Amino acid sequence: MAATAKRHDVIVVGAGHNGLVAACYLARAGLDVLVVERNDYIGGAAVSRQLYEDFTYSNCSYVCSLLRPEIMRTLELPRYGLQIIPYDGGCTMMRDGNHLALYDNHDALRREIARHSKRDAEAYDRYSRDVIRQCKFIRPLLLREPPDPTSFKPRDITELLYIGQRFHRMGEERMYDTLRFWTMSAADFLDEYFESEIVKAHFAGSSIIGTALGPRSPGSAYVLLHHYMGDIDETVGAWGFARGGMGSVTASLTKSLQASGGAVRTGAPVERILVRNGRSCGVALASGEEIGAKIVVSNMDVKRTFLDSMDAEHLPEDFVKAVRRFKIRGSSGKLNIALDGLPTFPAIPKGSPAIRGDLHITDTIEMMERAYDDWKDGRWSQAPYVDMLMPSQIDPTMAADGKHYMSVFVQYCPYELADGPWTDAKRAAFGETVVQAIERQSPDFRSLIRHMEVRTPWDIEREVGLTEGNIFQGELTMDQLLFNRPVPGYAQYRTPVKGLYLSGSSTHPGGGVMGAPGANCARRVLADLGRSA
Amino acid sequence: MATPSSNQYDVIVIGAGHNGLVCAATLARAGRSVLVVEAADQVGGMAVTREFAPGYRVSSGAHLLHQMPLALMRELNLSGHGLEFAATSLATTALGDEGTGLALACGGTPGAGWTARDAAAWPAWQGRLARFARLLHTLLAAPPPRLGTEAWTDKVALAKVGLRLRLLGRRDMREFLRIVGMNAYDLLEDEFESSLLKGALGLDAVLGTNFGPRAPGTVLTLLYRLAAESAAGPMPLALPRGGLGALSLALARAATAAGAAIRTASPVERILVADDRATGVVLASGETIGAGRVVSSADVKTTFLKLLGPEHLDTGFVRRVDHVRTSGLAAKLHLALDRLPGFRGTAPAALGGRLVVSPSLDYLERAFNPSKYGEWPSSPALEITLPTVSDPSLAPAGHHVLSAIVQYAPYAPKAGWAAEKRPFLEAILARLEAYAPGLRNSIVASELSTPEDLEREFRVPGGHWHHGDLAFDQFYMVRPVPGASQYATPLQGLYLCGASCHPGGGVMGLAGLNAARRMLDAGDTP
Repeated sequence: MAATAKRHDVIVVGAGHNGLVAACYLARAGLDVLVVERNDYIGGAAVSRQLYEDFTYSNCSYVCSLLRPEIMRTLELPRYGLQIIPYDGGCTMMRDGNHLALYDNHDALRREIARHSKRDAEAYDRYSRDVIRQCKFIRPLLLREPPDPTSFKPRDITELLYIGQRFHRMGEERMYDTLRFWTMSAADFLDEYFESEIVKAHFAGSSIIGTALGPRSPGSAYVLLHHYMGDIDETVGAWGFARGGMGSVTASLTKSLQASGGAVRTGAPVERILVRNGRSCGVALASGEEIGAKIVVSNMDVKRTFLDSMDAEHLPEDFVKAVRRFKIRGSSGKLNIALDGLPTFPAIPKGSPAIRGDLHITDTIEMMERAYDDWKDGRWSQAPYVDMLMPSQIDPTMAADGKHYMSVFVQYCPYELADGPWTDAKRAAFGETVVQAIERQSPDFRSLIRHMEVRTPWDIEREVGLTEGNIFQGELTMDQLLFNRPVPGYAQYRTPVKGLYLSGSSTHPGGGVMGAPGANCARRVLADLGRSA
Repeated sequence: MATPSSNQYDVIVIGAGHNGLVCAATLARAGRSVLVVEAADQVGGMAVTREFAPGYRVSSGAHLLHQMPLALMRELNLSGHGLEFAATSLATTALGDEGTGLALACGGTPGAGWTARDAAAWPAWQGRLARFARLLHTLLAAPPPRLGTEAWTDKVALAKVGLRLRLLGRRDMREFLRIVGMNAYDLLEDEFESSLLKGALGLDAVLGTNFGPRAPGTVLTLLYRLAAESAAGPMPLALPRGGLGALSLALARAATAAGAAIRTASPVERILVADDRATGVVLASGETIGAGRVVSSADVKTTFLKLLGPEHLDTGFVRRVDHVRTSGLAAKLHLALDRLPGFRGTAPAALGGRLVVSPSLDYLERAFNPSKYGEWPSSPALEITLPTVSDPSLAPAGHHVLSAIVQYAPYAPKAGWAAEKRPFLEAILARLEAYAPGLRNSIVASELSTPEDLEREFRVPGGHWHHGDLAFDQFYMVRPVPGASQYATPLQGLYLCGASCHPGGGVMGLAGLNAARRMLDAGDTP
């Protein structure tokens, strides 16, 4: 088992978007970077896949909103083919036929909210202002390394002071509002603004996506923010499609990487991260091949990195314990559907742009909370929260003329069922539950289905490598954010093994196709090497 | 307004609950002339003993004393004023479904029914939590600082919090910052294996709150309870002889001995305001009493929205008050029994202690689920005491009283309590019968106080025994609301001293004590 002749400066394990972002920054700084990816395709959970005829599926992540504009600019992603197409609005549909259409146009949206409640329309401006204020507070923190509050090092103290000063600058009243916002439940937060069920349910939807919390769980208001941070064209809260599917994000990153001299090897699963004398020295592939490197950056989640890909003997016992208790829970499913035509939704007026946006099926906060109760008991809900998009209406590359691709995100879906592991029959039953939920809103929907891919958290884990299929590589709860993410004392992208770094969403600031963990990790690696980015 | 000098005080305290009495006693001891006005016919608020069936008396609100600092009880010389204990340092028994039990001695020493692994893990867990509890207690015992002010007192107070955190040492500090925002479910699952143990500890984390054990923030409520208990000295989990009402009587005697006057059956109609400051109160009887300061131990909503009136406050403040979550989720069950019940798998000696029905964390979470939708659980979680085991004076000879906190009872069930109370009581009794076969046949009388009943009995909106949820967003410097978190309110001369304030209820007395100190420190009491 001879090591290959070539020894790289850096090996990045996993060609997901964060791994590629880290690789790009490192290659741009002049390092020799190799990204190894276990799948035969690049992208991790940001992929475009042709699984049926000429339909293109964004079969994991499906919208672009969180990708940091700084990263897009620095890595010249538009030049390498990334094009974000903004979309307008959407619609939230209740089971009784009632609906709330969503418009980017402020006046139109207010009129629509007023149709349900005049008071809520008044409250909407106050709500937006307050949420955007929180976004603005947190946004600069995304691309910064969290401080270690127990450290006396100048960097940590300076960083703590930075956060403290930004907090202080909000003024007394807003500081209290911020403390409350970060810790309260989405349901309680929304109750302070709105009275109509559909308005509350619409906003609460963002608070549960991807998390093992219900809208009534304290801390879920923060998750709401996580999804409100869209940055397309610098408009806080805007969303867009990546032209050609989410794989375009990682494809453009790959091109950017190659232009800087880096390379990606697919079909190269890493069996072990090699450690010698407490230092990482490369990786061993499943094929037996060993590749040497000074630095290894793992884009895998924290459990796969330390529990599956390394010998525990290289790690302090406490650290391994902390990694074991890090919570990564599968809570969402996904359907990717090829449609023969555009389904009609009677709730959406003909010709309304709403159908091109985010379509949600939910009634009330209670419905979502009950779906969460089902998840806790190891069942998928019979009335799940559904988030649908048909990007092919705006992006003709996703499906042939007249045909459409529909992405369906489903919350909640357990990783493990109470009655045993997932089987093909159970997966089909889960898919059928979702199809029925959509059919209730769109009578012709079922007849248009040509092909359907149903993905449970178990499938996502198997294909993408995310533990439990959790889209954020770890729950976004208070005990797992900022300096606690992923492990207290190791929130600075370093690990107990010298030369081994983490770049995935298990690290600050967490998941979503944001790229911030990758960029922050690269900055840390370069600083440790005494180089500047 | 002809105000005779006898009708003018330095301070009027609204409400003779334990916080109001502690506040009054502290102010009177500092030489202030103090009048306490109480709406009910007896003092005590939610710490009272009441006859619920002929010959049977029970602590109808709180039923255990475990959070009042020993130093405060000594300071007010409560034993000199008649407070005696029928039992102290009660042990806890977690009741299992199969007639099994698990015993926790007071302070949580492992007893019968423990697994070897849990017993081995226990000392480290308990030591760590005790250190965190002591840290937290320093926060409970002082007014919260204000944020973002230029006042050096606030800056010093904040710096002290930071310093105390640092003094934990790196390892503990990291662990504290990690777990303080966690949910009890995950933390207990990480630490222990026995369902009974986890269920019992989980109940401690959620008792009296609006949360299930999976809700983030329930480790905070667990630490909170431990923090308060950490100052209760050698008598945590105690039963005052004569019920909790005996504590209130001793507090009242301490206050009157220091010169305070107490008037019961004197509900306040409104707080008087002149020249933008509180100048006294008007009683329901129409009588006007003047005072330099008014301090209310009523809850934040009653104080500001009812007694003062929103017209004296700005809209933003009123909105914050309106948003305080005050719906209680705990009901109270009282049973008069003609004999001592036997609980399966439980030694008779344990019956004098605390019996807990929360056989697993999932049981507890499932008991919580329905309450979110205005429904009650068919299998509720219970904290049971049989006070007559150590204090026979509460019932006729040979007879007994069972007092239980029932978690979770929604404040407003969808069908209304008029229709739901009977079936809920049936469900609770069926549950009890499973643990104590034959219990139903020994029931002489029963009473179930739903949150709605507690609201009426104790004049607390929502029937919440903390006057509002203890949760991160209603905690410390945002409790009860920003602008009134340091016991002073936006209205000059009006203060708060009840469980709405930091650090909340639970028969701790610290809200009343902190408020009194604040008024004395501010030097602005006449």
